[in-house]
Amino acid sequence: MANKTGVYICSGCEIGEATNVEELQQVAVNEFRVPVCKIHPILCSEEGVNLLKGDLENEGLDRLVLGACSRRYHEDTFDFGKEVVVERAPLREYVSWTQPHQEEDTQMLAADYIRMHTTAAQMKRPAIPFEQNTEEAVLVVGGGVTGMTSALESAQAGYVVHLVEKSDRLGGFARKLHRRTPSRSPFERAESPDLDELIREVESHGRITLHLSSTIASIAGAPGDFSVRLTANGSGEKNLRAGAVVLATGGKPYDASKLTHLGIAHDNVISSVEFEQMAASGRLVRKDGQEANSVVFIQCAGSRDPDHLPYCSSFCCTVSLKQAAYVREFGADKKAYVIYRDMITPGQYENFYRAGQNDPGIFLTKGDVSGVHENPDKTVTVDVDNSLLGEKVAIAADLVVLAVGIEASTRDDPILNLQYRQGPGLPDQQYGFPDSHFICFPYETRRTGIFTAGAVHQPMDMNFSRKDAAGAALKAIQTIELTKQGKTVHPRVGDETFPVFRLDQCTQCKRCTEECPFGVLEEDARGTPSIHESRCRGCGVCMGACPVRIISFRDYSVDIIGDMIKSIEIPDEFEEKPRILIFACENDTLPAIDMMALERIRYSPYVRIIPLRCLGGVNLVWVSDALSVGFDGVMFMGCKYGDDYQCHFVKGSELANTRLSKVEETLGRLQLEPERIRQYEVSMNDYRQVAKLIETFAADIDDYGPNPFKGM
Amino acid sequence: MGEKKGPILVVGGGISGISTALEAAETGYEVILIEKRPSLGGRVAGFHQYFPKLCPPTCGVEINYQRLRRNRRVQVHTNTQVGAISGEAGNFTVKLVKSPAYVNNKCVMCDKCTPVCPVEVPSDHDYGMRNTRAIHMPHRMAYPPRFVVERAHCPSGCDKCVSACPYDAIDLDMEAREFEINAASIVMATGWRPYDATRLERMQFGALPNVITNVMMERLAATDGPTAGEITRPSDGRKVETVVFVQCAGSRDQDHLPYCSSVCCLASLKQANYVRTANPDARVYIFYIDIRTPGKFEAFYSRTRKDSNIEFIKGKVARVEPGEDGRVIVEAEDILHGGKVRVEVDLVVLATGMESNLKANGLDGNIVHLDEDGFASAHLQQPGIFAAGVAQGPVDVNSSIQEATGVALKAIQVAAGE
Repeated sequence: MANKTGVYICSGCEIGEATNVEELQQVAVNEFRVPVCKIHPILCSEEGVNLLKGDLENEGLDRLVLGACSRRYHEDTFDFGKEVVVERAPLREYVSWTQPHQEEDTQMLAADYIRMHTTAAQMKRPAIPFEQNTEEAVLVVGGGVTGMTSALESAQAGYVVHLVEKSDRLGGFARKLHRRTPSRSPFERAESPDLDELIREVESHGRITLHLSSTIASIAGAPGDFSVRLTANGSGEKNLRAGAVVLATGGKPYDASKLTHLGIAHDNVISSVEFEQMAASGRLVRKDGQEANSVVFIQCAGSRDPDHLPYCSSFCCTVSLKQAAYVREFGADKKAYVIYRDMITPGQYENFYRAGQNDPGIFLTKGDVSGVHENPDKTVTVDVDNSLLGEKVAIAADLVVLAVGIEASTRDDPILNLQYRQGPGLPDQQYGFPDSHFICFPYETRRTGIFTAGAVHQPMDMNFSRKDAAGAALKAIQTIELTKQGKTVHPRVGDETFPVFRLDQCTQCKRCTEECPFGVLEEDARGTPSIHESRCRGCGVCMGACPVRIISFRDYSVDIIGDMIKSIEIPDEFEEKPRILIFACENDTLPAIDMMALERIRYSPYVRIIPLRCLGGVNLVWVSDALSVGFDGVMFMGCKYGDDYQCHFVKGSELANTRLSKVEETLGRLQLEPERIRQYEVSMNDYRQVAKLIETFAADIDDYGPNPFKGM
Repeated sequence: MGEKKGPILVVGGGISGISTALEAAETGYEVILIEKRPSLGGRVAGFHQYFPKLCPPTCGVEINYQRLRRNRRVQVHTNTQVGAISGEAGNFTVKLVKSPAYVNNKCVMCDKCTPVCPVEVPSDHDYGMRNTRAIHMPHRMAYPPRFVVERAHCPSGCDKCVSACPYDAIDLDMEAREFEINAASIVMATGWRPYDATRLERMQFGALPNVITNVMMERLAATDGPTAGEITRPSDGRKVETVVFVQCAGSRDQDHLPYCSSVCCLASLKQANYVRTANPDARVYIFYIDIRTPGKFEAFYSRTRKDSNIEFIKGKVARVEPGEDGRVIVEAEDILHGGKVRVEVDLVVLATGMESNLKANGLDGNIVHLDEDGFASAHLQQPGIFAAGVAQGPVDVNSSIQEATGVALKAIQVAAGE
């Protein structure tokens, strides 16, 4: 490889006014001996880009350092293909827009960014995608409405599908439904479940292979290349390959027998699931076979209840409205009462609610059920407190229906039986649902290539499940397509760099295999890691975890960052120019720093910023590198961690925190103030706060005085 | 797989449209994403935080912009709207109209132009709560990152910005242009607008400055908003001590929006949290019919409900009138305890609902078909045309993106020629 670096300094956007660009040019030429170093007034102009293109061709360059704007701008303008490493030294954001012009400190700052990024450019290597024989089939687990929809949607996009269902027929829970809640305008009447048509479509689709009476014995491998073992009919085994997986095993109705406080032990108190089946069979009767004339529906039976399900199951209000309408169909004299806490009929389901309100035989009452008693004639009385106007009400009825909620089917069964070092199931996020933690990325998963849809994903009804089924199918197909090209999936979509392990030096400490947020790494009996590239998201957590520093990416490594740190010129202590290193997460902190520049918010000229893919990539050796070259303090800025974490790689900023807590002791032993190393949680909106954090930190560093190791 | 047909056209560059475009492009399909405003981002670009995590929308928007910058399969056209559509699924011909932004892609956001601009115009992005110059950046998260001129406000003959621009980026003679594209399938992700609160006569919106809407509240809380994130009274900039949230302001009301807008309860809970975080002594009253916090949002509701400074009152607001010293008096029935409640507060926030943009933009009947509520329900559409996000029904951000992802697959099925 040529390893010929060209350094280009843009003098536009006030960089030329803020700094002496010729001196910056001299830094690149004299200190780094780069063969080409040019100054251009507007590098992002057509002319500027043509200059770069010409030099790439004529000078045989393969690396560019652009001392111009932040890499968040003109990423496409400065894309010269995969073979060319482009390194951006953000002289606009970090210097000309945030520092006083023509000052010594400003010039030193700009020169250091040229040093840091020229160093990095010279060490980075172009990415190479991984190669993997990719199976283009989608495995859909669960043959209910969601699973069938996922299967059909995938097949209709041209993909082969294996649909696995544990029972001997398709349909799932929807088989028990008399009708479904309205799916289309005017949203006033329950609809036929249309199940037979869906089943027919699935059964007749040439690209869908059905595996009925089958369960997943195990899934090994990685996206693009999952080896799936099925157990069929409890005995035989089948093996198949799949590129991605959609888990659509739905939920389980909450066990009504636990609802003793709502009278489930009484003869004529039943669950909404039982009532649905009764209605489907065309009867409205009490346990003794007598016709029922009045039915009370109790909402939130188990849901929104810390003793049972702390969440709202989302669909029970519409289900009860639907079932109340069933009651009314049995005769004009039949009465239905719905006792609810909040009538949760969002969106156009409001029309369905209104239809219920308009029915003179449906009585909707807000209140809390305080007791359910059986009367001698086996009718049931429901006591309601806190109803409208504070009245206490007692309603007697022939039948009481408990509107039960839902639990994820994965709650106590991993179902997929993944042969992963980190366990057989999908890590759940809350209440047993293996949902995404991210509002903006509802299909984010900690097991790459494996997505959930429908009621196993979140509490949701059948109408939304069908939409969700299509969403998950898209993500499955997308994973297959990206894997085929050897590329990473979300959030670093398209990245072609992957961690490489120098295994001869591995000490089998297992930190990388334990800490990887995505379960990418497996280990052999001795504990030596092995990587499945297509599971990897490229966060670099493994690199940060490794105590012997054997994990690196082609363009991101402990050495590259270490050498960037070492390239910075540290004035001696008598110059009274402290130096503060900032490791900044590129996802949120880096944009926040760019926002400061847009707002022209000034901050200390003593900071030097190094971007990281994720704070989880922090390797502690960088702290010693920084302190030994003479930095006076190090700030780590990354995403919020804890329950409402914002880290795009789930655990990165939290792991950084754990690692940094260990540094404190070391600093103490060296008689250094532990506060010289600090981690901050920064979100993009905090850009004004970032400047304040830097100022406070700089003031504290002043108080501590220079790092005593400076210049040693 | 069959031969891939022409690109997928996505109409609307808010969170739904961006998500559909990216999901399709990352699966390998060509996408044309158009947005009528000068920048992508849509409504979420104006939000301070999302419920229930109280995290900034910018965080996800940034990742999406990153995905866009790195994906050559998505062509983005801002200032662009659909003129006409002909053809059929697999082979639509679409006329697009690109209105002039008067700033070209040489703009580097150096901001030399705004100081010389002589006119101030009320900022759309901030719902008129502050002014910008006629030339300005659409918002901090503008994509593409460049300024725009609101030409209608320019004094005749003024070209001060042109002379001030060192990069030759301003062209005040730029003209609208029409162009035609071919598309295999079309996704309408045209989003929503807040229901016009001036139509809620009793709420005094527009008459009393301290009666605002929930979208305005987002801007008041936003770091880059008109008050730099200080929640203050619009009338005099004083710190807010007491706030009323009026739920279902327009929604669930046969005279206005008959449907539930599905996000307003959670939005108000979120905004109540903004108020309480900013001011530990602040008192909040939420007047509601039902609090609708489905699924896992229940935890957010119960957490907020534990705050003794937030009072939940079931009842519809009957009257809003001016109080002492700029305050506002709100009167409502307390349905659970009987009697009337009357509070005098610094700020009233109307939890206005969402109205589909499709209803107003004249595409109904021609390109899309709307239901009674103004939404493009899937079953009404011709083959090859789909709707995502609030264009097809009132949903929150998370659900919008779920749908947008599924709709990307529907659009792909047509484009794949299967």
